[in-house]
Amino acid sequence: MPERIQLVVNGEPRTLEVEPRTLLVHALRDGLGLTGAHVGCDTSQCGACTVLVEGRAVKSCTLLALQAEGAEVTTIEGLAPAGELHPVQQAFVEHHGLQCGFCTPGMILTTLDLLSRDPDPDEAAIRHALRGNLCRCTGYQPIVESVRAAAEALS
Amino acid sequence: MIPAPFRYHRATSVEDALEALREPDSKALAGGMSLLPLMKLRIGRPEFVVDLGRLELAGLERANGAYAIGALTTWDALSRAQELRGEGLQAIADCARGIGDLQVRNRGTIGGGLAHADPAADMPAVAVALGLELVAYSAEGERTIAASDFFLGPFTTALAAGELVTAVRVPTPPPGSGSAYVKVEHPASGFALAGAAALVTPAGARVALTGIAGGPVPVADPEAGLEDIEVYGDRFAGEEYRRHLARVVVRRALERARARAEGRAS
Repeated sequence: MPERIQLVVNGEPRTLEVEPRTLLVHALRDGLGLTGAHVGCDTSQCGACTVLVEGRAVKSCTLLALQAEGAEVTTIEGLAPAGELHPVQQAFVEHHGLQCGFCTPGMILTTLDLLSRDPDPDEAAIRHALRGNLCRCTGYQPIVESVRAAAEALS
Repeated sequence: MIPAPFRYHRATSVEDALEALREPDSKALAGGMSLLPLMKLRIGRPEFVVDLGRLELAGLERANGAYAIGALTTWDALSRAQELRGEGLQAIADCARGIGDLQVRNRGTIGGGLAHADPAADMPAVAVALGLELVAYSAEGERTIAASDFFLGPFTTALAAGELVTAVRVPTPPPGSGSAYVKVEHPASGFALAGAAALVTPAGARVALTGIAGGPVPVADPEAGLEDIEVYGDRFAGEEYRRHLARVVVRRALERARARAEGRAS
């Protein structure tokens, strides 16, 4: 039976109907048209579906939409106004932190969680934080460099 | 992949959760990092999911000389808890920091993880080595279960129907103690092929292993080569190799725990 829930998505209160079994990633993609959260492995390994719930990175394929009811959810679409880039996005562009871009929204949102708690992470801390985000084309070296550059840009 | 249909209830109190969980084929949902993947694979198909997520069971409290960790305290919070840095408790943060990944640690909880009792989970070894106690709450009241009595086998615990883990008690080791958790993990899954927790006190050492059998295994004589311990083999690590890994992690965990006990390491 569908239930009506409220979420605050990218700063805006949104109401949508979900089933109890609806996963947050599907609520965001199919319910709200926010397709920046990608379904990659669908087994909570790859991190492509990462979004922020109350500022913390979570895998939205492994969270019921109902668990997030009332919460602040941030997707990649919410980081900067249309046509502009958030400093973390800009750092990924400048330091070749992406090729195909499939993993990038998750990488960037996990980076935001990391930097919110550790604004000056060293390489080991960056690699530890990004362990749950898999990239299959760029390679991790430029991603780590992008995160370092983002940390400096935000400092 | 989406779970099979179920009905959902968000618990408003522990009593409310226990009442809801009286229904047959109901299941308690904490962080969901173990349960939801099983439901997506349809290995788990509960009819009724009782979400504990909004209960106020997170955080650390100190009472009667011991810490009590709320069952809904996340691995991430445990890995950062300053209270657990000293006095032989370091293994808890060591272990929490290495579980899953940041996103999993942000959601996964100590109560849910211990109650799930995955045979390759990390914290059960720490729980046994450090002598943690699980507080089980039911309509009949509260009882305390020693970690060494809690894990009965793969995904099987001493929790009775109608009981919920509400907290994990951490006895304070004597001054001059140190502890550590060390694992060799499967590089893709992150689960332990073999993991060892060690507590070194002035009175001696206590060691437990995980990832090598159906649950955590106390090691009576860690210096004895582990010949008398039953170890299983699978396609990731055969029996002989896994026994070798077990010896390695036991040695490393003891060395680190000793160094901490003697103030040579943090």
